[in-house]
Amino acid sequence: MLTIKNLKAKVETDEGGKEILKGLNLNVNAGEIHAIMGPNGSGKSTLASVLTGRDGYDVTEGEVLFEGKDLLEISPEDRARQGIFLAFQYPVEIPGVSNTNFLKTAINEIRKSKGEEPMSSVEFLKLIKEKAKLVGLDPQMISRYVNVGFSGGEKKRNEIFQLAMLDPKLSILDETDSGLDIDALRAVAEGVNKLKTKDNAFIVITHYQRLLDYIIPDFVHVMYQGRIVKSGGKELALQLEDQGYDWITDPKEEASV
Amino acid sequence: MNNTETEITDLKTKLISEFQDFEKNLNGEAETTLHFIRKDAFENFKELGFPIKKLEDWKYTNLNPALKQNFIQSFTEYTPALKKEDIEKYLIKNSGINLLVFVNGHFDIGLSHIETKNDKVYIGSFSEGMKDHKDVIEKHFAKIAAYDKNGFVALNTAFAKDGCFIYVKKNYEVKEAVHILNISDAQSESYFSQLRKLVVVEEGGSINIATDYHTIGDQKCFTNAVTEIFCGMNSKVEHYKIQNEGENSYHVGTTQVHQEKDSRFSDTTISWGGAITRNDLNSVFDGTNTECHFYGLYLLTGRQHVDNHTLADHKMPHCYSNELYKGIIDGNATGVFNGKIMVREDAQKTNAYQSNNNILLSDDATIYSKPQLEIFADDVKCSHGATTGQLNPDEMFYLQSRGIGKENARTLLLYAYASDVIDSIKIDELREMVVKKLEMKLK
Repeated sequence: MLTIKNLKAKVETDEGGKEILKGLNLNVNAGEIHAIMGPNGSGKSTLASVLTGRDGYDVTEGEVLFEGKDLLEISPEDRARQGIFLAFQYPVEIPGVSNTNFLKTAINEIRKSKGEEPMSSVEFLKLIKEKAKLVGLDPQMISRYVNVGFSGGEKKRNEIFQLAMLDPKLSILDETDSGLDIDALRAVAEGVNKLKTKDNAFIVITHYQRLLDYIIPDFVHVMYQGRIVKSGGKELALQLEDQGYDWITDPKEEASV
Repeated sequence: MNNTETEITDLKTKLISEFQDFEKNLNGEAETTLHFIRKDAFENFKELGFPIKKLEDWKYTNLNPALKQNFIQSFTEYTPALKKEDIEKYLIKNSGINLLVFVNGHFDIGLSHIETKNDKVYIGSFSEGMKDHKDVIEKHFAKIAAYDKNGFVALNTAFAKDGCFIYVKKNYEVKEAVHILNISDAQSESYFSQLRKLVVVEEGGSINIATDYHTIGDQKCFTNAVTEIFCGMNSKVEHYKIQNEGENSYHVGTTQVHQEKDSRFSDTTISWGGAITRNDLNSVFDGTNTECHFYGLYLLTGRQHVDNHTLADHKMPHCYSNELYKGIIDGNATGVFNGKIMVREDAQKTNAYQSNNNILLSDDATIYSKPQLEIFADDVKCSHGATTGQLNPDEMFYLQSRGIGKENARTLLLYAYASDVIDSIKIDELREMVVKKLEMKLK
């Protein structure tokens, strides 16, 4: 589904740019959950930004193919229309735009790009009801302005609700667990588990192993200095929890493991 | 003296001779109290003339090129020319609404429709109102809007004859809103219209008034509007001004409000038409515990120019004023915001807030924003602020990342930005019209 080859990217700065991604490789197939872990500043969120097309990043080398097509050439909205979704680390508040209006516009633009008719209001309301129940979101939140006055946990849950509504092929969860109490964390994870099918895939970016108790990854990757330096199964996350990142990031210790 | 100034002087000279004609046409009215006011106002106009750019209040708005046009004053007999179908699209779709139509400043009785008729209220023209309510008109006319400082107000007062008069008696709540439709008929001639409106709401009365301005035809036209609103004790007045004029239209308007104890006044001014627009909105709080809200939205493109001057004048203690003006400026357009909060010495325990936000959509769009706070009392809560920026890129990206295209994302955000001003309109059908127009303008 997603192939990243030798991806190098700079973040634009006043001094011309700082290289954050330094040759990253990753393969994600349908039906898989990949966890990307790593210490602060290793480039995890930059990867999410580059994959979804946020302004302010320059790809200097490498390629990203999504279902065989070059992803980096197209606009953020076209990436979304082709089935890429980012659950934001810091979802923005948009006063004046209701969740319903926002989602209806999004769904209908995605449908339009596929040559489909707009969704009827009846169908839309039914979908809202069904997905709100699935992710455990209070239906009252849906008529409110996007994220305005939502708690941290409600914002993250709203991200998962949007994910459920848009039904993407590849979802990237950028530190969705950070700042959540255990109940909110469990609710978000349950939502993801319910939404997982053999046809879609997830990249779960996290700083903590905690989330992976609830969302069981097929692969765990450790990112360090803009590269994936170690990959393994779910047991790798546990090992990181026990031993920290030092044994991976410090080459001397790596030799002794 | 340069050319422009000569030509403006010509217009002034022309107006002086026209005033003499105007007086001749008044017949028996020439000896009335009202006419003494007109004459006095005209003397003031001769003294003041049209404002020039050198005046601080007119620094950014130059009307002299517009005044060069050879305008016709239309103060003589009015012959109705417009038909119902000409104005159909401007009507507020609510069967219970009072409709007053003015064409180039003249009341058109055939196009108007008064729904609320009883002895508690008068809604209609000035001249008709004089028959039964002469005392009320004489008591308030030209007493609220001073004509010794602003040449446009003086000129308007001098020629005021066929304007609008609304009178709400004690404790009467007018349930049906009033729609005052002002049309500039610029199909064949260039008119300089003097629009006058006097609203008197007595103690405990309430009314909602929507005034909008349209142009039919492509000739140049100039509208000079003066509205006086008297809010009696504990009265409630909502006033909406929607400027939909054509691209060859010029508009200068003063809304002057006098608020007595415990009254509540709210104004929403939406400007998105016209070549050059200048609005002055002033409210004086002449009693304790008065409340006042000013909402404004200006959406400008091309070479449009809109200048909003507002004043919340706190003269008495325990009053509240809140102001929110928002601008969206594109193309080569220019916006001016000059909002003043005056807190006089006696106005202790004042709460006064003001905010002016602007989004500039192009590199050539300009805003001059000047919030002013003058405080002479020591126990008050006041704040003011102005922001100018572009659309928030994080919000744009958030919408795009959900599949919403750039154009639609922009429209959604601008619509959301304007919505708190739009939501201040309490006449549902009018708000829907404004929303539709906004959506059209943002596309």
